[in-house]
Amino acid sequence: MSFQIKEINPSTLQVSFSGRLDMDSVAKMWQPCLLAVTKYHPKQLSLEMKDVDYCDGAGAALIQTLQKQQIDTNGSCSIENLRSDFKNLLANESDQHAKLAAQSLATIKLNFTERLGHIGVNALDDLRDNIIFLGSLAYQLYFVLLRPKKIRWLDFYRTIEEVGPKALPIVALIGFLIGLISTFQAAPSFGQFGAQILMVNLVGLGLVREMGPLLTAVLLAGRTASAFAAEIGTMKINQEINALTTMGLNPIRFLIVPRILATMLITPLLEIFLIIFGLAGCYAVMAALGYSLDAFLNQLYQSIHTADYIGGLIKVFVFGWVIAGVGCLHGLKTSSDAQAVGRSTTQAVVSSIIMLVLVDGIFATLYYFLGI
Amino acid sequence: MSETIPIITVENLTTRYGNKTIFKNVEFSIYPGEIFMITGVSGCGKTTLLNNMIGLLEAYSGSIKIDGDDITSSSENKKLSILRKIGVLYQGSALFGSMSLLKNVSLPLEELTELPPDAISIIAHNKLKMVGLESFCDYMPAEISGGMQKRTAIARAMVLDPKILFLDEPSAGLDPSTSAELDQIIMNLSKTLGITFVIISHDLSSIYNIGQRVIFLHQGEILAEGDPKILQKDKDLTVERFFNRESVS
Repeated sequence: MSFQIKEINPSTLQVSFSGRLDMDSVAKMWQPCLLAVTKYHPKQLSLEMKDVDYCDGAGAALIQTLQKQQIDTNGSCSIENLRSDFKNLLANESDQHAKLAAQSLATIKLNFTERLGHIGVNALDDLRDNIIFLGSLAYQLYFVLLRPKKIRWLDFYRTIEEVGPKALPIVALIGFLIGLISTFQAAPSFGQFGAQILMVNLVGLGLVREMGPLLTAVLLAGRTASAFAAEIGTMKINQEINALTTMGLNPIRFLIVPRILATMLITPLLEIFLIIFGLAGCYAVMAALGYSLDAFLNQLYQSIHTADYIGGLIKVFVFGWVIAGVGCLHGLKTSSDAQAVGRSTTQAVVSSIIMLVLVDGIFATLYYFLGI
Repeated sequence: MSETIPIITVENLTTRYGNKTIFKNVEFSIYPGEIFMITGVSGCGKTTLLNNMIGLLEAYSGSIKIDGDDITSSSENKKLSILRKIGVLYQGSALFGSMSLLKNVSLPLEELTELPPDAISIIAHNKLKMVGLESFCDYMPAEISGGMQKRTAIARAMVLDPKILFLDEPSAGLDPSTSAELDQIIMNLSKTLGITFVIISHDLSSIYNIGQRVIFLHQGEILAEGDPKILQKDKDLTVERFFNRESVS
């Protein structure tokens, strides 16, 4: 396969192709051919195809590119003596090209302001959906509190099992390690002042007021929010949510209320476990430093007050609601494409963690003003 | 039609997704006891029309009266009472994977009625018997074939004794033999219980087997309406080609 360039007159350039115009040969001649034609800038380009034995999609693409190049520079292009069977291919390719061009036009049609508008409208839609979800959820929670028989108790117990006992090993491990590591890290500094016993105050208070609720919630966000989003998202893709709706059953009451109630109930219990194991980790270091269990417990008793426990428990109770709510909301928002469940799961984890930090900030401010 | 008052009346229905009009000013009526099919090429808006009719998707304009009540302008409570008159079979069956077949079928009764558990169990067993699955009550959906899942979903859809059953592509993903079995079940239910069937399908063999009347949706409008066998010889080339399994594009 080769091509030859001949200047017929000052405004007309002829490119004669011969042999096979297939993927292998076109790959080799693509750049040289386009460059050669560009160099001449002809007003009229004539593509002579008399000696072409074979032409495939790649050959057609080369011809189209040369045509387009001419059109872009206000020139013209003619194709001479192309066999009729290859012409069909070119026509199909041209149609395809036209379709693709139309599609790309449709995509680039939006200007910056319009895109900004779309983002704004989508954000408002999201906000509206979230408000509707919160409203429906509040109503359904109120509804089932008045009529406890309407709660799907089987789902409730199953969720308790999933969220609670099955999460216990990881909660215990993280709690123990956090208690042990923070005590261990604080030991040298406190040792310099002979105040190592005060490490119990630091770790104990930190676990009860802040680390316990937040760590439990972050662990559950990774474990539970993602599981809820995936479970409900898959149900949505399988049209199970539609089935519930057309049966006259409210998906929020049916699917989400049991999950939220179970998570709200079990999260404070998990937090208590995390604190116990965290304190055990703290005691392990204190024991290694020569402090007795009595001294450890006595110091703990003096440093932590009931208000600290209750403050932490209220906080983690709300965290449980946030985690389950966000997970379920993203499950319900799952679209129907192949990546949708994965996307919902990721969004559920990210959104829950962001929401947890925000809610934690609100609690910190509130407790500061309340003097807790 | 033996009955003159339609059980479903669709008037001037227009549906849009954003700026795109899916169909415009669509009108048709469905009569009690009829097996009514809605067909058309993929993407013509059949499922969208179904979603409009069962209240899952709001129409842009127009009305859909189901047994005299307009589902497009009803309050939530009214919509619930309309939904009690219908049952829906979804394309993918939409059975709840964590429940046995009996539990799936019992669910609407447990949730929406005050019937005692014994009565619920008997009704659910009977419905499963009607679709030939009485010996599979304790199976989970994952343990049975696609055809059996569809039959279970039909049993669930009719457990509240609806007047109308909407079926979205009932033969999708089924082999011809299972699809024919499903057609037979639909015919039997229509004859014995007098249920009105509205079936979305592009399975021509099924349309010819059981369809008493069909509408053909094409490019946002109803291009033809009538007996499917007669539409095979329709004057309109697109209709004629579609009903003779030829390309309409």
